[in-house]
Amino acid sequence: MQFKQYFKLKENIPSHVYVALGVFSFVILLAVWCILTYGGHVPSLFLPSPSDIIVQFYHMLTELNLLRDILASLYRVMAGFILASLIGVPLGLLMGSFKIAEGLIEPIVGFVRYMPASAFIPLLILWIGIGDLQKIAVIFIGTFFQQVLMIRDVAKNVSNELIDTSYTLGADQKAAFIRVILPAALPGIMDTLRITLGWAWTYLVVAELVAASSGLGYMIMEAQRFLRTAGIIVGILVIGLLGLVTDILFKTAYNRMFPWLEGRSE
Amino acid sequence: MTAIPLKYLKTDTHLHPVKREPKLRVHHVSKVFEQKTRIVTALEDTNFDVREGEFVTILGPSGCGKSTILKVIAGLTEPSSGYVMLNNQRVNGPGADRGMVFQAYTLFPWLTVEQNIGFGLQLKGIAKPQRHKIVQHYLELIGLNGFGAMYPNNLSGGMKQRVAIARALANDPEVLLMDEPFGALDAQTRTVMQELLLKVWEESQKTILFVTHDIDEAIFMGDRVYVMTARPGRLKAEIPIPIHRPREFSIKTSPEFMHLKAEILELIREESWKAASEIGS
Ligand SMILES: Nc1ncnc2c1ncn2[C@@H]1O[C@H](COP(=O)(O)OP(=O)(O)O)[C@@H](O)[C@H]1O
Ligand SMILES: [Mg+2]
Repeated sequence: MQFKQYFKLKENIPSHVYVALGVFSFVILLAVWCILTYGGHVPSLFLPSPSDIIVQFYHMLTELNLLRDILASLYRVMAGFILASLIGVPLGLLMGSFKIAEGLIEPIVGFVRYMPASAFIPLLILWIGIGDLQKIAVIFIGTFFQQVLMIRDVAKNVSNELIDTSYTLGADQKAAFIRVILPAALPGIMDTLRITLGWAWTYLVVAELVAASSGLGYMIMEAQRFLRTAGIIVGILVIGLLGLVTDILFKTAYNRMFPWLEGRSE
Repeated sequence: MTAIPLKYLKTDTHLHPVKREPKLRVHHVSKVFEQKTRIVTALEDTNFDVREGEFVTILGPSGCGKSTILKVIAGLTEPSSGYVMLNNQRVNGPGADRGMVFQAYTLFPWLTVEQNIGFGLQLKGIAKPQRHKIVQHYLELIGLNGFGAMYPNNLSGGMKQRVAIARALANDPEVLLMDEPFGALDAQTRTVMQELLLKVWEESQKTILFVTHDIDEAIFMGDRVYVMTARPGRLKAEIPIPIHRPREFSIKTSPEFMHLKAEILELIREESWKAASEIGS
């Protein structure tokens, strides 16, 4: 009977059941993978077995300088992402706070946003060559324009009543911006950064698939060239893990930074 | 416009000791909102005074322009015509001399109770030890000693409004504007809050302009009640409340109270009928 509870719309389930479900789906995935590969149903050129992957991972770490590729990618992602954020966050806040800034910037950003960042690659190669800078530029273009608009919405959603309240307490515009809009927008800013960092990783791989000589994207291309299927999968898994780690870091920082978000919500 | 019966117009029966000069003067204020599809006249030629130390209530149905009038006084909204004088100075934009408590919960959720109450003091540049002392005083006044370190998310609705009142008072404004501050609270909490606010007012000697749509609340709290009618918002009558202070909850069932309530109800009913027949014709 209790079992029925689990199938109610939007009903909460015990947390241990929730965790168990997650483990269960992973185990199933792993089991299917093992059966397909060890059972000889799929040639290893198409899908290497779990142990192949582990061996390959070790091989790449020791022989193929996997660490160098990881660091190269990490550097590009972070540089592109931080650069985009340093400009995008203040600009978005301005757009959300001042109509005049929005009127000025919105049309351009709204237009460029629909141009795929990957389509800029040929142009960027022409302009700034095939070095790190070009990869960083692709990531910048991919994240910046989305970020600006998302941050603008965050700033716009700050309650006008809170701003009015600060005025009646003696705040001028500057004080209202610094003491109300900024702290009220901060959780939304963090959320936006977390989401767009995920996108930055996506653009990184796109950037490194073309005209690169290092990085995880390049490494995946190399593995494909020599038909090392396991190498491709290792590359994908490493990127996934890096993404997961940054996501967890963001979530932890979020909970630390905003203790005031907890509590009853009326 | 039929004349208001004379008895409503005499205003000198204040039992609360107040100084005579008008502290706040609203002079021919009107407000028109021009929207894309229509024009809304929220306020029409509104005139009234609030004297030093007085507790004045404005009573009116929702949508009649009560919030608009407070926002004009607070300087958050520009009037379409007319002006507001505070201590014989024309109001121009918002300022710390006119504190406001809103109906919606407007505590800053990222600040603790203590930081919320000290918000205006900090803006004024008052040093921390001094600030702390003032904050403690008001925490005590609203009966929330020991809650200073909590965040608003962990407070009940009534507590939030108490903090909002303390925050406004800690800033020592010339007048305190209150826009249906207890409107979102349940009946029991509201009663407690009304008594608490009267106690706080008596202690702090503040001048308060309090807006509500609740007849009982308007009578219970006010030295005078301004009755407002809807569409366009306009003050129709001024009714002195000669009930002695300090007031307690029990007076809400006294004959005196019931009599005043009946008078106001009759006044509102007349207006509603008039409005209804105007729409009908
Ligand atoms: N910013 C605004 N723009 C357009 N109309 C408004 C605005 N603010 C208030 N109004 C209109 O003015 C009238 C009075 O509103 P308000 O002062 O909020 O009434 P109350 O506080 O008495 O409920 C309402 O009809 C409302 O729709
Ligand atoms: Mg209102």
